[in-house]
Amino acid sequence: MLTNEAVAQDIIQQFGSDVSEFDDPFGLLTLTVSREKLIPLLQYLKDHKTFQISFLTDLTGVHFPDSPGREFCVVYHAHSLINNYRIRLKVFLAENDIHIPTATILYESANWMERETFDFFGILFDGHPKLQRILNMEEMDYFPMRKQYPLEDGTREDKIDALFGR
Amino acid sequence: MSTSVKMVEAPPSYDGAGFSATSFDKVIGMARANSLWPLPFATSCCGIEFMATMGSHYDFARFGSERPSFSPRQADLLMVMGTIAKKMAPIVKQVYLQMAEPRWVIAMGACASSGGIFDTYSVLQGIDRIIPVDVYIPGCPPRPEQVIDGLMQIQELARNESLRRRNTDEYSLLLNSYGIE
Amino acid sequence: MYALTLSLFHSFTLWKMVTEDLSIDAVGARNTPATPEGPVQYVNELTTLNLGPTHPATHGIFQNILQMDGEKIVSGEQTIGYIHRAFEKISERRPFYQIKTLTDRMNYCSSPINNFGWDMTVEKLLGVEVPKRAQYIRVIMMELARISDHLICNGILGVDAGAFTGFLYLFQQREEIYEIYEEMCGARLTTNMGRVGGMERDLSPEALRKIRKFIKTFPVVMREFEALFNRNRIFMDRVVDVGAISAERALNYGFTGPNLRAAGVDYDVRVMNPYSSYEDFEFDIPVGQSGDTYDRFMVRNEEIWQSLRIVEQALENLPEGPYYADAPEYYLPPKQEVYKNMEALIYHFKIVMGEIDAPVGEVYHAVEGGNGELGFYLISDGGRAPYRLHFRRPCFIYYQAFPEMCKGTTLSDAIVIMSSLNVIAGELDA
Repeated sequence: MLTNEAVAQDIIQQFGSDVSEFDDPFGLLTLTVSREKLIPLLQYLKDHKTFQISFLTDLTGVHFPDSPGREFCVVYHAHSLINNYRIRLKVFLAENDIHIPTATILYESANWMERETFDFFGILFDGHPKLQRILNMEEMDYFPMRKQYPLEDGTREDKIDALFGR
Repeated sequence: MSTSVKMVEAPPSYDGAGFSATSFDKVIGMARANSLWPLPFATSCCGIEFMATMGSHYDFARFGSERPSFSPRQADLLMVMGTIAKKMAPIVKQVYLQMAEPRWVIAMGACASSGGIFDTYSVLQGIDRIIPVDVYIPGCPPRPEQVIDGLMQIQELARNESLRRRNTDEYSLLLNSYGIE
Repeated sequence: MYALTLSLFHSFTLWKMVTEDLSIDAVGARNTPATPEGPVQYVNELTTLNLGPTHPATHGIFQNILQMDGEKIVSGEQTIGYIHRAFEKISERRPFYQIKTLTDRMNYCSSPINNFGWDMTVEKLLGVEVPKRAQYIRVIMMELARISDHLICNGILGVDAGAFTGFLYLFQQREEIYEIYEEMCGARLTTNMGRVGGMERDLSPEALRKIRKFIKTFPVVMREFEALFNRNRIFMDRVVDVGAISAERALNYGFTGPNLRAAGVDYDVRVMNPYSSYEDFEFDIPVGQSGDTYDRFMVRNEEIWQSLRIVEQALENLPEGPYYADAPEYYLPPKQEVYKNMEALIYHFKIVMGEIDAPVGEVYHAVEGGNGELGFYLISDGGRAPYRLHFRRPCFIYYQAFPEMCKGTTLSDAIVIMSSLNVIAGELDA
């Protein structure tokens, strides 16, 4: 049975100053890793003798427009099916340098999840085999999940803001 | 032989020994109304309710729609069921254009009728923005009974439609307003 | 979408004729026309075939552009997003309880699992403990939903392999499940029967009667269905060794749920991270061996039986007690109280207006959906709506493997493989 402390200690020993902000909300070990060490960390967790965190559960992005320098966050959820242990990794990116290495070299499943994150937030995954929009139309010229863009369809004329609170 | 099978009533006519005289409008209308071949254009949740309608319990086939036609060329009735995203809109229109006249359209469910709860950047706010719709079925999703009612409304339209309607100027104006020549 | 056997057969025969013509041309075996420059040199060209987005056998709306060599699939590429409805963006604008209308419509074959999954995520964030009785009722509903999900998948798999009968049999049983839903919440498909903190209402005697009746009548039909398919020579020829995927590849592709179990990995969220009292029940996790279409079919069939087992146990041991948590600030008070009691009125107003005090935090909660691990990643900033809500949709992740699975098979196999993967468009595109 893995404990959060043991895993955290091991990771700190291995990666030192590249990992930070350890936390465990609702028992799920959460940590922030620098962009450069993301892939090595994922690789390390995957190949680790006891951890064997080798299943990428989820990958998504978050937009924090109010925190300059770390406007975008890419969140990875990984899972060790052997130990039944989950971990959450975060990478913060600045808006003017929105590049992150792709995880597709480790996990095939990251392919579409990264495309979706690109589609929603415009986060560029370097080395991705085919970084194109996946859910929205190719012609779309903005990244809809960023906070500044509206949710609603702009062409509705029958819905008045006063009544529908749009 | 069961006697509970209900036959379609013949249109009003002048009958005599060996003949029955009526107008083509009525006979063809009757034939059309009772042999509508629907094209189920199911995209999402409403499609599951349509499957229930098509299944043994509600038995859509009772209304002469025995054969869901998946080819637009052989279909009379386009049933758009479920959310149509903007990415999907050209395809709906293409399918509509491929259908032969006379053709009818049902918008099933709130999403197809008006966008429903999905007032979002990616969803088409009602298919009547791209193609003319004959019958809207409200509900999210509508119950199979409602779908059957919608189909019966279409039958009513088909039965009473003039044979010349599709050649009139009004009709081509209607199509033109959707950008269809 | 849901192929009638006739039209499917028709399109297949037509397609076959076309490919045969092409392959004859491609190898230049016959009718080599001579031009002034000499005989035409035919190269072994691939045919591009556009499957979808409105093909009768693509359940919902997906497009596959296949490169075909004769009838063999050389490579394929999917296009998705045809019913992208921006669930995640909507969630950022809606109070917590209004998001449940979205979860219904995500995997619409098994809406209750989605609904309760979301409820449990919010409960986890708020720290609400749900009473046992509500948990058991949830388990009953979720397992019924799983049955109806698998019924659709296996019924349609039969249709795509050319057997319409199974579909008609099973849909009758789905109607029974719908009736139970209706008894619980009044809706057939958008089953909003849970609330944050418990259930909207208790199991009524009529609902109990319907569930008991279902448990009794369903096995008969299911056995009949299995007798029709499980050892059916024609069906087996169509599905055995078709679209196999190894456990290693499946894990790499992020498979979960029945599709992963068919490949031989016994990963089930219900067992690994039990929620809603699943640890109280005894059930087996069926696993396959080769991960082919037949295994997926059989795993789903067996899961239906296991779900029935769970429903039976839950009914038998249904605890007495309240069906909602004592958390007035999150659970809507009974209507009679609202008219009589000042505090109830205030809570009612606050909840309906979405003004509940949600703590700041981030939660990941996973449930075993009809297709696999259905995860909710919720970031709350203390506001009335989630700051960010991400759905881990199992379909979206495992559908990536489709080109690899259908490589080298024929077109008709590709249809069956897609059918057995049970890709639900609403969940895929969100």
